Amino acid sequence: MSDLDPEDGLRFERLVLPHVDAAFNFARWLLRSRADAEDVAQEALLRACRFFRGFQGGDARAWLLQIVRNTCYSWLEKNRPREPTVEFDEELHRQPVATPESIAIAVEGRERLTRALETLPPRYRELLVLRELEGCSYKEIAAITSIPLGTVMSSLSRARRQLHCALVNSGCREAIA
Amino acid sequence: MSCDLTRLALHGYFDGELSAASNADFKRHLEHCSDCVLELATQNVVRDSLQRARLYDFGPDSLKQRVRAHLRSGVRTAASTQRLIWGWVAAAAAFLVVAFLVWRVVPNVHDDDDYQVGLAAGIVDAHVRSLQPGHLTNVDSADQHTVKAWFDGKVDFVFPIRDFTNDGFSLLGGRLDIVQGRTVAVLAYARSGHVVNVFIWSTREPEESARAGARRGYQWVAWQKDNMEFCAVSDAAPAELEQLHRLFAG
Repeated sequence: MSDLDPEDGLRFERLVLPHVDAAFNFARWLLRSRADAEDVAQEALLRACRFFRGFQGGDARAWLLQIVRNTCYSWLEKNRPREPTVEFDEELHRQPVATPESIAIAVEGRERLTRALETLPPRYRELLVLRELEGCSYKEIAAITSIPLGTVMSSLSRARRQLHCALVNSGCREAIA
Repeated sequence: MSCDLTRLALHGYFDGELSAASNADFKRHLEHCSDCVLELATQNVVRDSLQRARLYDFGPDSLKQRVRAHLRSGVRTAASTQRLIWGWVAAAAAFLVVAFLVWRVVPNVHDDDDYQVGLAAGIVDAHVRSLQPGHLTNVDSADQHTVKAWFDGKVDFVFPIRDFTNDGFSLLGGRLDIVQGRTVAVLAYARSGHVVNVFIWSTREPEESARAGARRGYQWVAWQKDNMEFCAVSDAAPAELEQLHRLFAG
Protein backbone atom coordinates (compact mmCIF):
# COMPACT_ATOMS: atom_id res chain seq x y z
CA MET A 1 0.00 0.00 0.00
CA SER A 2 1.85 3.03 -1.16
CA ASP A 3 1.26 6.47 0.23
CA LEU A 4 0.89 8.82 -2.68
CA ASP A 5 2.14 9.00 -6.21
CA PRO A 6 4.13 12.14 -7.06
CA GLU A 7 1.12 13.95 -8.47
CA ASP A 8 -0.99 13.34 -5.37
CA GLY A 9 2.02 14.24 -3.27
CA LEU A 10 2.13 17.68 -4.87
CA ARG A 11 -1.59 18.07 -4.46
CA PHE A 12 -1.27 17.12 -0.81
CA GLU A 13 1.47 19.71 -0.35
CA ARG A 14 -0.64 22.37 -1.97
CA LEU A 15 -3.97 21.58 -0.29
CA VAL A 16 -3.19 20.05 3.07
CA LEU A 17 0.23 21.28 4.19
CA PRO A 18 -0.94 24.90 4.59
CA HIS A 19 -3.13 23.60 7.41
CA VAL A 20 -0.42 22.00 9.52
CA ASP A 21 -0.68 24.91 11.98
CA ALA A 22 -4.41 24.37 12.27
CA ALA A 23 -3.86 20.65 12.85
CA PHE A 24 -1.33 21.34 15.57
CA ASN A 25 -3.40 24.03 17.26
CA PHE A 26 -6.49 21.84 17.30
CA ALA A 27 -4.57 18.87 18.72
CA ARG A 28 -2.87 21.05 21.28
CA TRP A 29 -6.21 22.26 22.65
CA LEU A 30 -7.84 18.85 22.56
CA LEU A 31 -4.90 17.21 24.34
CA ARG A 32 -3.88 20.22 26.45
CA SER A 33 -0.23 19.51 25.79
CA ARG A 34 2.16 20.74 23.13
CA ALA A 35 4.38 17.69 23.33
CA ASP A 36 1.50 15.25 22.86
CA ALA A 37 0.00 17.48 20.20
CA GLU A 38 3.18 17.30 18.16
CA ASP A 39 3.08 13.49 18.11
CA VAL A 40 -0.63 13.19 17.53
CA ALA A 41 -0.78 15.92 14.88
CA GLN A 42 2.03 14.17 13.04
CA GLU A 43 0.22 10.86 13.25
CA ALA A 44 -2.93 12.52 11.94
CA LEU A 45 -1.02 14.09 9.05
CA LEU A 46 0.48 10.75 8.08
CA ARG A 47 -2.99 9.25 8.22
CA ALA A 48 -4.23 12.08 6.04
CA CYS A 49 -1.50 11.13 3.55
CA ARG A 50 -2.77 7.60 3.53
CA PHE A 51 -6.41 8.60 3.12
CA PHE A 52 -5.71 11.41 0.69
CA ARG A 53 -6.86 9.46 -2.37
CA GLY A 54 -10.30 9.33 -0.80
CA PHE A 55 -10.39 13.12 -0.47
CA GLN A 56 -12.88 14.31 -3.04
CA GLY A 57 -11.85 17.95 -2.98
CA GLY A 58 -13.60 20.71 -1.13
CA ASP A 59 -12.59 22.08 2.24
CA ALA A 60 -9.16 20.56 2.92
CA ARG A 61 -8.84 22.19 6.32
CA ALA A 62 -12.13 20.71 7.55
CA TRP A 63 -11.15 17.34 6.09
CA LEU A 64 -7.79 17.40 7.87
CA LEU A 65 -9.21 18.64 11.18
CA GLN A 66 -11.72 15.83 11.13
CA ILE A 67 -8.85 13.35 10.94
CA VAL A 68 -6.96 15.22 13.67
CA ARG A 69 -10.02 15.08 15.88
CA ASN A 70 -10.50 11.35 15.43
CA THR A 71 -6.83 10.72 16.06
CA CYS A 72 -6.95 12.85 19.21
CA TYR A 73 -9.99 11.13 20.65
CA SER A 74 -8.52 7.68 19.98
CA TRP A 75 -5.33 8.81 21.63
CA LEU A 76 -7.19 10.19 24.65
CA GLU A 77 -9.16 6.98 25.03
CA LYS A 78 -5.98 4.95 25.02
CA ASN A 79 -3.71 7.21 27.04
CA ARG A 80 -6.01 9.06 29.37
CA PRO A 81 -9.03 6.83 29.79
CA ARG A 82 -10.00 8.53 33.01
CA GLU A 83 -10.27 11.97 31.56
CA PRO A 84 -13.91 12.98 31.64
CA THR A 85 -15.41 13.78 28.29
CA VAL A 86 -18.91 13.87 29.76
CA GLU A 87 -20.94 17.01 29.68
CA PHE A 88 -21.29 19.36 32.59
CA ASP A 89 -24.43 19.06 34.64
CA GLU A 90 -26.14 22.18 33.44
CA GLU A 91 -28.29 22.58 36.52
CA LEU A 92 -25.45 22.04 38.93
CA HIS A 93 -23.34 24.59 37.13
CA ARG A 94 -26.06 27.08 36.49
CA GLN A 95 -24.45 30.38 37.19
CA PRO A 96 -25.60 33.85 37.92
CA VAL A 97 -25.54 35.59 34.56
CA ALA A 98 -22.12 36.99 33.73
CA THR A 99 -22.22 40.69 32.94
CA PRO A 100 -19.80 42.56 30.70
CA GLU A 101 -18.20 44.03 33.83
CA SER A 102 -17.81 40.78 35.77
CA ILE A 103 -16.49 39.00 32.70
CA ALA A 104 -14.10 41.82 31.79
CA ILE A 105 -12.24 41.22 35.04
CA ALA A 106 -12.29 37.47 34.59
CA VAL A 107 -10.88 37.40 31.06
CA GLU A 108 -7.76 39.40 31.78
CA GLY A 109 -4.65 37.45 30.95
CA ARG A 110 -3.70 34.67 28.64
CA GLU A 111 -3.11 32.15 31.41
CA ARG A 112 -6.49 32.56 32.94
CA LEU A 113 -8.17 32.12 29.58
CA THR A 114 -6.04 29.08 28.83
CA ARG A 115 -6.92 27.51 32.15
CA ALA A 116 -10.62 28.22 31.75
CA LEU A 117 -10.66 26.69 28.27
CA GLU A 118 -8.75 23.67 29.50
CA THR A 119 -11.19 22.96 32.31
CA LEU A 120 -14.04 22.55 29.82
CA PRO A 121 -14.93 19.06 28.62
CA PRO A 122 -13.28 18.48 25.22
CA ARG A 123 -16.65 18.39 23.45
CA TYR A 124 -17.19 22.00 24.42
CA ARG A 125 -13.57 23.06 24.17
CA GLU A 126 -13.30 21.91 20.58
CA LEU A 127 -16.27 24.02 19.54
CA LEU A 128 -14.75 27.16 21.02
CA VAL A 129 -11.34 26.46 19.53
CA LEU A 130 -12.82 25.85 16.08
CA ARG A 131 -15.03 28.91 16.20
CA GLU A 132 -12.93 31.48 18.06
CA LEU A 133 -9.37 30.47 17.22
CA GLU A 134 -9.72 28.73 13.90
CA GLY A 135 -12.56 30.94 12.66
CA CYS A 136 -14.59 28.02 11.28
CA SER A 137 -18.11 28.52 10.00
CA TYR A 138 -20.97 26.48 11.47
CA LYS A 139 -20.90 24.35 8.36
CA GLU A 140 -17.22 23.56 8.83
CA ILE A 141 -17.73 22.88 12.53
CA ALA A 142 -20.50 20.44 11.67
CA ALA A 143 -18.25 18.69 9.15
CA ILE A 144 -15.32 18.44 11.55
CA THR A 145 -17.18 17.35 14.67
CA SER A 146 -20.02 15.38 13.04
CA ILE A 147 -22.54 17.44 15.01
CA PRO A 148 -25.65 18.05 12.89
CA LEU A 149 -25.49 21.53 11.39
CA GLY A 150 -28.77 22.43 13.05
CA THR A 151 -27.36 21.94 16.53
CA VAL A 152 -24.01 23.71 16.15
CA MET A 153 -25.53 26.98 17.33
CA SER A 154 -27.08 25.53 20.48
CA SER A 155 -23.94 23.54 21.27
CA LEU A 156 -21.83 26.67 20.89
CA SER A 157 -24.21 28.53 23.13
CA ARG A 158 -23.73 25.87 25.83
CA ALA A 159 -19.98 25.86 25.34
CA ARG A 160 -19.82 29.62 25.76
CA ARG A 161 -21.91 29.49 28.88
CA GLN A 162 -19.51 26.90 30.30
CA LEU A 163 -16.55 29.07 29.43
CA HIS A 164 -18.06 32.12 31.11
CA CYS A 165 -18.83 29.98 34.11
CA ALA A 166 -15.27 28.65 34.26
CA LEU A 167 -13.88 32.16 33.90
CA VAL A 168 -16.02 33.71 36.57
CA ASN A 169 -15.41 30.79 38.92
CA SER A 170 -11.65 30.97 38.61
CA GLY A 171 -11.90 34.72 39.11
CA CYS A 172 -13.77 34.15 42.36
CA ARG A 173 -11.33 31.54 43.53
CA GLU A 174 -8.38 33.77 42.83
CA ALA A 175 -9.97 36.71 44.53
CA ILE A 176 -10.46 34.63 47.66
CA ALA A 177 -6.98 33.14 47.54
CA MET B 1 -31.94 33.56 31.30
CA SER B 2 -35.29 35.15 30.86
CA CYS B 3 -35.16 35.66 27.14
CA ASP B 4 -35.55 32.51 25.10
CA LEU B 5 -34.11 34.10 22.03
CA THR B 6 -30.89 34.78 23.92
CA ARG B 7 -30.12 31.13 24.14
CA LEU B 8 -30.00 30.54 20.46
CA ALA B 9 -30.47 33.22 17.89
CA LEU B 10 -28.05 35.46 19.74
CA HIS B 11 -25.18 33.11 18.98
CA GLY B 12 -26.11 32.85 15.34
CA TYR B 13 -26.28 36.61 15.21
CA PHE B 14 -22.99 36.98 17.06
CA ASP B 15 -21.33 34.57 14.64
CA GLY B 16 -22.88 36.10 11.53
CA GLU B 17 -24.60 32.82 10.74
CA LEU B 18 -28.25 33.93 10.64
CA SER B 19 -30.14 34.27 7.39
CA ALA B 20 -30.77 37.84 6.30
CA ALA B 21 -34.39 37.64 7.51
CA SER B 22 -33.55 36.18 10.93
CA ASN B 23 -30.77 38.70 11.28
CA ALA B 24 -33.17 41.57 10.73
CA ASP B 25 -35.62 39.97 13.19
CA PHE B 26 -32.95 39.69 15.82
CA LYS B 27 -31.82 43.27 15.29
CA ARG B 28 -35.38 44.41 15.92
CA HIS B 29 -35.53 42.20 18.98
CA LEU B 30 -32.36 43.85 20.32
CA GLU B 31 -34.03 47.23 20.27
CA HIS B 32 -36.23 46.31 23.18
CA CYS B 33 -34.49 43.42 24.95
CA SER B 34 -31.92 44.59 27.44
CA ASP B 35 -31.09 40.98 28.38
CA CYS B 36 -29.90 40.24 24.88
CA VAL B 37 -28.00 43.51 24.61
CA LEU B 38 -26.17 42.68 27.82
CA GLU B 39 -25.49 39.11 26.76
CA LEU B 40 -24.15 40.29 23.42
CA ALA B 41 -21.83 42.75 25.15
CA THR B 42 -20.57 39.93 27.37
CA GLN B 43 -19.91 37.72 24.36
CA ASN B 44 -17.99 40.54 22.74
CA VAL B 45 -15.78 41.05 25.78
CA VAL B 46 -14.89 37.37 25.82
CA ARG B 47 -14.25 37.17 22.10
CA ASP B 48 -12.04 40.26 22.18
CA SER B 49 -9.96 38.89 24.99
CA LEU B 50 -9.67 35.49 23.31
CA GLN B 51 -8.35 37.29 20.24
CA ARG B 52 -6.00 39.50 22.20
CA ALA B 53 -4.60 36.65 24.27
CA ARG B 54 -3.19 35.00 21.12
CA LEU B 55 -4.17 31.54 22.17
CA TYR B 56 -3.61 30.13 18.70
CA ASP B 57 -0.71 27.75 19.03
CA PHE B 58 1.38 27.49 15.89
CA GLY B 59 3.08 24.18 15.53
CA PRO B 60 6.85 23.90 15.55
CA ASP B 61 8.50 24.14 12.14
CA SER B 62 9.98 20.71 12.72
CA LEU B 63 6.49 19.19 12.39
CA LYS B 64 6.03 20.63 8.93
CA GLN B 65 9.52 19.56 7.93
CA ARG B 66 8.90 16.01 9.07
CA VAL B 67 5.66 15.73 7.15
CA ARG B 68 7.31 17.16 4.08
CA ALA B 69 10.20 14.76 4.42
CA HIS B 70 7.71 11.93 4.69
CA LEU B 71 6.01 13.05 1.49
CA ARG B 72 9.26 13.42 -0.41
CA SER B 73 10.67 10.12 0.69
CA GLY B 74 7.68 8.35 -0.83
CA VAL B 75 7.73 5.80 1.94
CA ARG B 76 5.21 3.06 2.13
CA THR B 77 3.97 3.46 5.66
CA ALA B 78 3.26 -0.18 6.31
CA ALA B 79 6.52 -1.99 6.85
CA SER B 80 9.54 -0.22 5.52
CA THR B 81 10.80 1.27 8.74
CA GLN B 82 14.28 1.06 7.32
CA ARG B 83 13.44 3.53 4.60
CA LEU B 84 11.58 5.67 7.06
CA ILE B 85 14.68 5.91 9.21
CA TRP B 86 16.80 6.79 6.18
CA GLY B 87 14.19 9.39 5.29
CA TRP B 88 14.62 10.91 8.70
CA VAL B 89 18.38 10.80 8.46
CA ALA B 90 18.25 12.48 5.06
CA ALA B 91 15.85 15.11 6.37
CA ALA B 92 18.03 15.70 9.41
CA ALA B 93 21.14 15.96 7.24
CA ALA B 94 19.41 18.34 4.86
CA PHE B 95 18.21 20.33 7.81
CA LEU B 96 21.73 20.52 9.24
CA VAL B 97 23.16 21.67 5.92
CA VAL B 98 20.50 24.34 5.58
CA ALA B 99 20.90 25.36 9.22
CA PHE B 100 24.65 25.63 8.75
CA LEU B 101 24.28 27.72 5.59
CA VAL B 102 21.73 29.93 7.22
CA TRP B 103 23.89 30.35 10.28
CA ARG B 104 26.99 31.13 8.22
CA VAL B 105 25.51 33.15 5.44
CA VAL B 106 22.64 35.08 6.91
CA PRO B 107 23.21 36.00 10.50
CA ASN B 108 20.09 36.44 12.61
CA VAL B 109 17.87 34.86 10.06
CA HIS B 110 16.45 32.64 12.75
CA ASP B 111 15.22 35.66 14.66
CA ASP B 112 13.74 36.90 11.44
CA ASP B 113 11.82 33.67 11.02
CA ASP B 114 10.37 33.90 14.50
CA TYR B 115 9.64 37.52 13.82
CA GLN B 116 7.86 36.62 10.65
CA VAL B 117 5.73 33.90 12.18
CA GLY B 118 4.70 36.32 14.91
CA LEU B 119 4.15 39.08 12.44
CA ALA B 120 1.95 36.99 10.16
CA ALA B 121 -0.08 35.93 13.19
CA GLY B 122 -0.37 39.54 14.33
CA ILE B 123 -1.47 40.68 10.91
CA VAL B 124 -4.05 37.93 10.52
CA ASP B 125 -5.37 38.80 14.00
CA ALA B 126 -5.64 42.44 12.99
CA HIS B 127 -7.37 41.42 9.76
CA VAL B 128 -9.93 39.34 11.67
CA ARG B 129 -10.54 42.18 14.13
CA SER B 130 -11.13 44.56 11.25
CA LEU B 131 -13.94 42.35 9.95
CA GLN B 132 -16.03 43.07 13.04
CA PRO B 133 -18.76 45.56 12.24
CA GLY B 134 -17.46 49.13 12.20
CA HIS B 135 -13.79 48.22 12.53
CA LEU B 136 -12.70 48.15 8.90
CA THR B 137 -11.98 51.80 8.23
CA ASN B 138 -11.36 55.07 10.03
CA VAL B 139 -11.75 56.94 6.81
CA ASP B 140 -14.38 55.69 4.49
CA SER B 141 -13.69 56.72 0.94
CA ALA B 142 -12.88 55.40 -2.47
CA ASP B 143 -11.15 58.68 -3.28
CA GLN B 144 -7.41 58.33 -2.89
CA HIS B 145 -6.94 62.03 -2.10
CA THR B 146 -9.42 61.93 0.75
CA VAL B 147 -7.74 58.87 2.19
CA LYS B 148 -4.30 60.40 1.73
CA ALA B 149 -5.37 63.60 3.48
CA TRP B 150 -6.65 61.55 6.40
CA PHE B 151 -3.32 59.76 6.83
CA ASP B 152 -1.33 63.01 6.70
CA GLY B 153 0.43 63.54 10.01
CA LYS B 154 -0.72 60.19 11.38
CA VAL B 155 2.15 58.09 10.06
CA ASP B 156 5.75 59.12 9.49
CA PHE B 157 6.13 57.73 6.01
CA VAL B 158 4.55 58.36 2.65
CA PHE B 159 3.00 55.46 0.84
CA PRO B 160 1.05 55.02 -2.38
CA ILE B 161 -2.73 55.14 -2.05
CA ARG B 162 -4.49 53.95 -5.16
CA ASP B 163 -7.87 52.69 -6.11
CA PHE B 164 -7.74 49.65 -8.44
CA THR B 165 -11.42 49.39 -9.21
CA ASN B 166 -10.65 48.84 -12.89
CA ASP B 167 -8.61 45.82 -11.93
CA GLY B 168 -11.22 44.50 -9.53
CA PHE B 169 -9.92 45.90 -6.23
CA SER B 170 -12.07 48.76 -5.00
CA LEU B 171 -10.62 51.02 -2.35
CA LEU B 172 -12.91 51.10 0.69
CA GLY B 173 -10.82 53.42 2.84
CA GLY B 174 -8.01 53.37 5.36
CA ARG B 175 -7.34 53.04 9.05
CA LEU B 176 -4.58 52.91 11.58
CA ASP B 177 -4.00 49.58 13.25
CA ILE B 178 -1.56 48.20 15.74
CA VAL B 179 0.40 45.08 14.92
CA GLN B 180 2.88 43.79 17.48
CA GLY B 181 2.92 47.11 19.24
CA ARG B 182 3.69 49.03 16.07
CA THR B 183 1.33 51.51 14.44
CA VAL B 184 0.70 50.58 10.84
CA ALA B 185 -1.30 52.11 8.04
CA VAL B 186 -3.94 49.90 6.48
CA LEU B 187 -5.75 50.22 3.18
CA ALA B 188 -8.93 48.18 2.82
CA TYR B 189 -10.09 46.89 -0.55
CA ALA B 190 -13.13 44.96 -1.69
CA ARG B 191 -12.51 42.12 -4.07
CA SER B 192 -15.63 40.31 -5.31
CA GLY B 193 -17.12 39.86 -1.88
CA HIS B 194 -13.84 39.48 -0.02
CA VAL B 195 -12.17 42.12 2.10
CA VAL B 196 -8.46 42.59 1.48
CA ASN B 197 -6.41 44.54 4.01
CA VAL B 198 -3.03 45.89 2.97
CA PHE B 199 -0.84 46.64 5.98
CA ILE B 200 1.96 49.13 5.38
CA TRP B 201 4.80 50.28 7.58
CA SER B 202 8.27 51.69 7.11
CA THR B 203 11.24 49.41 7.37
CA ARG B 204 15.01 49.64 7.23
CA GLU B 205 15.45 45.98 6.45
CA PRO B 206 17.26 45.22 3.20
CA GLU B 207 14.82 44.41 0.46
CA GLU B 208 14.02 40.76 -0.07
CA SER B 209 11.73 38.92 -2.41
CA ALA B 210 8.02 38.59 -1.78
CA ARG B 211 6.82 35.96 0.66
CA ALA B 212 3.43 34.36 1.06
CA GLY B 213 1.71 32.07 3.47
CA ALA B 214 -1.53 31.10 5.14
CA ARG B 215 -2.69 31.43 8.73
CA ARG B 216 -5.97 30.21 10.09
CA GLY B 217 -7.37 29.98 6.61
CA TYR B 218 -6.32 33.49 5.60
CA GLN B 219 -3.77 34.06 2.89
CA TRP B 220 -1.06 36.68 3.11
CA VAL B 221 1.50 38.05 0.70
CA ALA B 222 4.27 40.35 1.93
CA TRP B 223 6.69 42.41 -0.10
CA GLN B 224 8.97 45.40 0.27
CA LYS B 225 9.28 48.53 -1.78
CA ASP B 226 10.94 51.90 -1.22
CA ASN B 227 11.81 51.16 2.42
CA MET B 228 8.28 50.11 3.17
CA GLU B 229 6.91 46.73 4.04
CA PHE B 230 3.52 45.72 2.59
CA CYS B 231 1.43 42.78 3.67
CA ALA B 232 -1.87 41.97 1.97
CA VAL B 233 -4.17 39.55 3.75
CA SER B 234 -7.55 38.11 2.85
CA ASP B 235 -9.60 34.97 2.51
CA ALA B 236 -9.48 35.49 -1.25
CA ALA B 237 -7.43 33.08 -3.37
CA PRO B 238 -3.63 33.47 -3.22
CA ALA B 239 -3.55 34.33 -6.93
CA GLU B 240 -5.77 37.34 -6.28
CA LEU B 241 -3.44 38.64 -3.58
CA GLU B 242 -0.58 38.13 -5.99
CA GLN B 243 -2.45 40.26 -8.51
CA LEU B 244 -2.84 43.04 -5.96
CA HIS B 245 0.86 42.78 -5.18
CA ARG B 246 1.64 43.31 -8.87
CA LEU B 247 -0.71 46.28 -9.01
CA PHE B 248 1.11 47.87 -6.10
CA ALA B 249 4.47 47.11 -7.64
CA GLY B 250 3.50 48.45 -11.04
